[in-house]
Amino acid sequence: MKETTIDTPRPEPRSLLRFAAPQQFYPLAGRLAPWFAAVAAILSVAGLWLAFFVAPTDAQQGEVYRVIFVHVPAAWMSMFIYLVMAFWSVVGLVMNTRLSFLMSRALAPTGAMFCFVALWTGALWGKPTWGAYWVWDARLTSQLLLLFLYLGFMALTAAIEDPRRADRAGAIIALVGAVNVPIIYFSVKWWNTLHQGASVSVSKAPSMAATMLAGMLVMALAAWAYSIAVALWRVRALILERERHTEWVGAELTAQEGRL
Amino acid sequence: MQWDSWSAFWEMGGAGAFVWGSYAVTAVLVIVELVMVLRRRKETVRRLLRLRRVTAGQESGRRSYDRL
Repeated sequence: MKETTIDTPRPEPRSLLRFAAPQQFYPLAGRLAPWFAAVAAILSVAGLWLAFFVAPTDAQQGEVYRVIFVHVPAAWMSMFIYLVMAFWSVVGLVMNTRLSFLMSRALAPTGAMFCFVALWTGALWGKPTWGAYWVWDARLTSQLLLLFLYLGFMALTAAIEDPRRADRAGAIIALVGAVNVPIIYFSVKWWNTLHQGASVSVSKAPSMAATMLAGMLVMALAAWAYSIAVALWRVRALILERERHTEWVGAELTAQEGRL
Repeated sequence: MQWDSWSAFWEMGGAGAFVWGSYAVTAVLVIVELVMVLRRRKETVRRLLRLRRVTAGQESGRRSYDRL
């Protein structure tokens, strides 16, 4: 009878897959995060300069439209981060990689923050333009649901003691909730909403001045860089927490002991 | 340049409260998140070090108890 051995597949030492190991990813995240933070800071300054000093006054709305430079990037980011969380959840469930679940946990608070910013700035923009801070139209309601999905994900993963069960429960919320993202995005097309339709889309030329569009895109890139930096910093704490029984975390703690 | 004066800039054509209210809350949330996330890893390291000292203390305590 032939003996069978179970090999744990080890990625090539040079392969990027080695960073799927928390031990490898921890120092990499620490090295990368400051660079993304610096890019975010530079892009924010450039974006705000375009937003307030280059972009012209809007012919219909006057100056209040300048809320757009934070509102739209925040709303995009809140939807995109949720999709990324869903992506890492699928990877985690299929490949059974611990780091994937930790990534989706590291992203959730930032996604929730951007979701709240989108709702808050939307309310402050709605009052002078529509006459109401809030209406229960499809866009606003589905965006509010997204905030509850983020909060639900965070509460659930924090409440379950066993980390593997918490990971799986969170992954299921991330996956089921992801259905809401296309609903938010297309809500202005599918239903008659008070919220205006998309000013920027892939299929047609944007319905706004070039400098307005530039400001919005630079702010969106800043939001991307910021989200990556914050998620990398946060995942480092999550990795230490999760891997606290391993030897390498023990060594890392000893190394940090003198410095704190 | 879009503004005749700094006061015109802060007034935002009468929409100052709405525009600055949006940007101020966003800025505060971003700063709070950054501070929290940067403190969190240090706090985790401190907490795990404390935990290690406590469990190490218990084990050496048990060993000396066993010797009695």
